[in-house]
Amino acid sequence: MSISRRDFLKGALAGGAMLATAAPAEARENKTMPEEALGLLYDSTLCIGCKACVSACKEVNDMPPEFSTEEQLWDTPLDISGKTLNVIKVYQDGNSETKDSEKDGFAYMKVSCLHCVDPSCVSACPVSAMTKDPVTGIVGYDKDACIGCRYCVAACPFGVPRFQYDKALPQISKCQLCRHRIGEGKYAACAEVCPTGATLYGKVKDLHAEAKRRIALKPGEETQFQRGNLNTHDQSPHTARAAKYLPQIYGDKEVGGTQMLKLSAVPFEKLGMPKLPERSYAATSETMQHTLYGGLIAPLAFLGVLTFVAKRNVKHDDDADDEKK
Amino acid sequence: MSASHNHPAPAPLGGPLWTPATQILAALVAIAGVILLVRFLFGLGAVTNINDGYTWGIWVVYDVVIGSAFACGGYSVALLVYIFNKGEYHPMVRPALLASLFGYTLAGAGVIFDLGRYWNFWHIFWPGYAQVNSVMFEVAVCITAYIIVMWIEFSPAFLEKFGMKDVKKKLNKLLFIIIALGTLLPSMHQSSLGSLLVVFGYQVHPLWQSLMLPLLYLMTALTIGFAIVIFEACLSSSGFRRPLEMHLLGKLSKVMLGMLIAYLVVRFADLAVRGALVSMFEHGIEAFMFWIETALFVAPLVILSNAKSRKHPAKLFIAASCLMLAGFLLRINSFLVGYETGPGWHYFPSVSEIMVSIGMIALEILGYIVLVRYLPIMSGNSEAAAVAANK
Repeated sequence: MSISRRDFLKGALAGGAMLATAAPAEARENKTMPEEALGLLYDSTLCIGCKACVSACKEVNDMPPEFSTEEQLWDTPLDISGKTLNVIKVYQDGNSETKDSEKDGFAYMKVSCLHCVDPSCVSACPVSAMTKDPVTGIVGYDKDACIGCRYCVAACPFGVPRFQYDKALPQISKCQLCRHRIGEGKYAACAEVCPTGATLYGKVKDLHAEAKRRIALKPGEETQFQRGNLNTHDQSPHTARAAKYLPQIYGDKEVGGTQMLKLSAVPFEKLGMPKLPERSYAATSETMQHTLYGGLIAPLAFLGVLTFVAKRNVKHDDDADDEKK
Repeated sequence: MSASHNHPAPAPLGGPLWTPATQILAALVAIAGVILLVRFLFGLGAVTNINDGYTWGIWVVYDVVIGSAFACGGYSVALLVYIFNKGEYHPMVRPALLASLFGYTLAGAGVIFDLGRYWNFWHIFWPGYAQVNSVMFEVAVCITAYIIVMWIEFSPAFLEKFGMKDVKKKLNKLLFIIIALGTLLPSMHQSSLGSLLVVFGYQVHPLWQSLMLPLLYLMTALTIGFAIVIFEACLSSSGFRRPLEMHLLGKLSKVMLGMLIAYLVVRFADLAVRGALVSMFEHGIEAFMFWIETALFVAPLVILSNAKSRKHPAKLFIAASCLMLAGFLLRINSFLVGYETGPGWHYFPSVSEIMVSIGMIALEILGYIVLVRYLPIMSGNSEAAAVAANK
């Protein structure tokens, strides 16, 4: 048989139907932070690199030590991993003499989950193993739901969720802001043990105000830095001179904001914190998915056209078959 | 699916099953089996080179993303025959569908090897766990549904074999719904395989990160579908010593040519609109691989635009192979070469990782050989079948 132009056009119409019905749905905006969201303020200029936070994190999360030296004497993680949720990294330049100096200096950076306001990992996870708490905003992980597909590992713009490649029954590991300790009236162990207040725990809105206060300080000006929990004032403050802060709160705008805020005197990109747009990748991805699949309207319309066309053409098929018999 | 349009009815090829070729294939499958045993006992790191910077290796990118694209023959031909009503391609439906059935079923099964917590895999289909905003959810549900649909679509071949005429007749009455689903579902998940990358954001190089990814992946999946039909037709005609249906393949290659032009227009228009064209001239592996990828798309375009080449089996075979490689590279480039999570991360598949992928391909070919000899799949050509049987 020969195919008529009409048949061909009908088929082409079927293909076009999917795209035509997939008219732009309403864009999915960035999600917003819960009013009482909890988080951390990490001030690179206050950090002395003692790694008390790394050690405390291991202990309260019951994670094994990790070795990077030949003699395996104590926990020496170089990066976050399936065994480590939090590390302090160091930036060095030239002779590394001056703290918080981009040239010939050094600076520290805490690497752990930033608890995004609109997390890529939550959007990526197909089985709701990664969730965002509606009250605290903590990005939590449920190993009992997880299928281990590692889409979260691949998707996170900060490279935070890690996987246990060396285990037969592995899980994803990531900081959950010590949410298991909140019930005990405790808070994030990294902030609790920080001797200088470089890692400070509290409500994000208060942490944000504190970050702004620090940026406004005159370099060299003596001031008090709160330690531990900003909201309960459970520890005595630490008195020190203000560093020459960059006028930027990292995490304020990045991918729609994070609940971990960071201050530094050295450009964040030098400290391994990527430059990121304000629109969250989760919003971009979900807008696209909803445009194509919202309410299953486009797929159903397309299926309708395909069924109609197929019914006609397959019937033709059957007749020919019967004729032969 | 029944034969029509005066084509000879599909018939089993017959012939020996235990040959040197099938023995080698079986050995490759066995090696993969042993490696997988080690993986399940000691974890993914014991046999693969994947890491937190490149957490998806070839077991995802080749076995699933590329494997399913290479299994699009059934989709492309079904679309052509049943939706565009080009009945003349009917003899190609069953062989193409069988290859697709195997490709997809193994891609689906292969996911289990790569899932860290595979015993929970059913969560993806379970209300309460299922997370519908996830692109992965769409891909998983859609691929699973398609595998089921394909088995139903293919079941007439089994029903014929076992002489279940009544069931087949009833099924034939409803087959149009199955066929409609069989063209809808791949359109959805083949595009979504590209969409998976969108949430990766800046981590994917501008030469590949685009909101057009779903369309680019869909167009290439369809084109690869036709290429694979030509590729398989050439291979099985030489393997089973059957005549090549050149009149059909030549025509099919013309369809492919049109799709190829459309794809390149969309691809470069997208790069231009995003201002990413300059990235082609950067120094580095990304730009280099982009050129190879593009060359592999352009080469078949050049070959197929010559009407004489379209009637030349060897040239058709080369064009089809180039296209498959091009689609392969588009996927490798966007998922691995153009994916960068930060300094210090590297990935190249380990030998055992590659051997598992090879084992999967071997299993596919092995299954194909066994089934075409045993079931009515290939359009009957008594002479060739007799030659094959006598061997």
